[in-house]
Amino acid sequence: MKFIVAIIKPQKLEPVREALTALGVEGMTVTDVKGFGRQKGHSEVYRGAEYQVDFMPKVKLEIAIDAARATDVVEAIRVAAKSDRIGAGKIFVLNLEEAVRVRTGEVGNVAL
Amino acid sequence: MLRFKETATGVSRVPVILATITALAFSTAAFGQEPGTVQEAAAPASASETSVFVFNTLLFLVTGMVVMFMAAGFCMLEAGLVRSKNAATICLKNIALYSVAGIMVYLIGYQLIYGISEGGFIAPLKLFWAPDDSDPTGTGYAASSDWYFQMVFVATAASIVSGTVAERIKLFPFLIFVAVLTGIIYPIQAGWVWGGGWLDARFDDFAGSTLVHSTGGWAALAGAIVLGPRMGKYVGGRVHPFPGSSLPLATLGTFILWLGWFGFNGGSQLALGTIEDSISVAKIFVNTNMAACGGVLTSLVLTQVLYKKVDLTIVLNGAIGGLVSITAEPLQPAIWQAILIGSVGGVIVTLAVPLLDKLKIDDVVGAIPAHLFCGIWGTLVVPLSNREVTIFGQLTGVVAIGIFVFSISLAIWYALRFTMGIRASEDDERVGLDKVELGLEAYPEFSPG
Repeated sequence: MKFIVAIIKPQKLEPVREALTALGVEGMTVTDVKGFGRQKGHSEVYRGAEYQVDFMPKVKLEIAIDAARATDVVEAIRVAAKSDRIGAGKIFVLNLEEAVRVRTGEVGNVAL
Repeated sequence: MLRFKETATGVSRVPVILATITALAFSTAAFGQEPGTVQEAAAPASASETSVFVFNTLLFLVTGMVVMFMAAGFCMLEAGLVRSKNAATICLKNIALYSVAGIMVYLIGYQLIYGISEGGFIAPLKLFWAPDDSDPTGTGYAASSDWYFQMVFVATAASIVSGTVAERIKLFPFLIFVAVLTGIIYPIQAGWVWGGGWLDARFDDFAGSTLVHSTGGWAALAGAIVLGPRMGKYVGGRVHPFPGSSLPLATLGTFILWLGWFGFNGGSQLALGTIEDSISVAKIFVNTNMAACGGVLTSLVLTQVLYKKVDLTIVLNGAIGGLVSITAEPLQPAIWQAILIGSVGGVIVTLAVPLLDKLKIDDVVGAIPAHLFCGIWGTLVVPLSNREVTIFGQLTGVVAIGIFVFSISLAIWYALRFTMGIRASEDDERVGLDKVELGLEAYPEFSPG
């Protein structure tokens, strides 16, 4: 099993969700987050004074998936979230040791 | 038109009532007739003493109510422009300052404004105002309606101060300053003009660009200087903006102020009992509105040109700047002149907000540009539309009232600073005054901690 963490632009959440649903992904967890990468925030003007916005609003997706499907899922997220401008996001793939379905106690791939 | 009152000698000095008296003189032929008699001989413009009295009183009461609601406008504007950790405290300060103003005007303020002798500098001290309706036809309105109308004006000046010194001043020293401002500082200088004091003959301020708005602005400027900027505002040679917690609230507050201004300027005609007065009040409504429109649009265009994006909070200040600019003379200007006067107010605000930051004077809501600078501009531009007013006379009033209000305010702020202290500690400022002074958060469910 793999655990996929994707940080994407907030406005790309809907296209990503659609792409993953089309792929048959059955669940995900979404969180509003803030952070910076190489984009390093940006500057705005408020009441005549320029100021730095250090942390950009992003959305974090977490998806637990059968290892065999991980590559397809990552590619689907990447294509749907892609933009040519800096700050489009990152995708991380982790090994997932165990998964447990709370209601039944099932473990492993069947619990996903 | 000025805000005269009868003096203690009983000599009527109320020019706004002159129109009424003239109208009454016209209608004396019809005076003795029975009620209900068709008064064919009377001029159609005439009005009975009763109706003049009733409409004048109604004007004070209704416009006074919307001016009272400006307190809510200031409260929302300020709550929207402070950070959320100080929003509840600024709400408390606003409702408290309004209450302090009412008590102080009752205790001493009203007497200081209107107890002054003709051409005088200060009225004799007399505590506890009480209405005197013994000569209703002489005054032309219910005494309490005028008291109420003047009281809400005093509260307006105090509201201006709270926004500038927000987010770092302690509650009780602030309220003590408000008591001095509303009980003594404002009434003394208002007496000079509206009470018939020494400035009255040479200086014209219809609804209070100088008497109310600049007065609040000078007091706020003195406070900002003595208090110092918010922590972290000017460090490393740069300005660090603290974006406001709720721009919709700030916008609502500005709309409420705009609405209240129809009462502020319209009610300052001080009479509605005749056709002439009704026409004047209506003209004032239109000019007041158009000046604000001008202020909004110039600040909108100017911020777009200067910063490549429109700055909503400066546009809100632009509305206020336009309104303050027209307040010294909202009746005489042609509509295009009102737009022009307000538009310049919008320019002043847009340029003065960053200028104050350069001087490291931290004015959280932009009250000093909008109320002080535009108040000066509005007062000085009166001769443009009112030929009876001289620029020299206007300058005299602006300078005299400016020196008086600013120096006394500075002294009071310093006295408070060196006795009880006026500034919250660094830790308290970091945590936010809501938790420190009130033990709560304005929006507890929006952000933990």
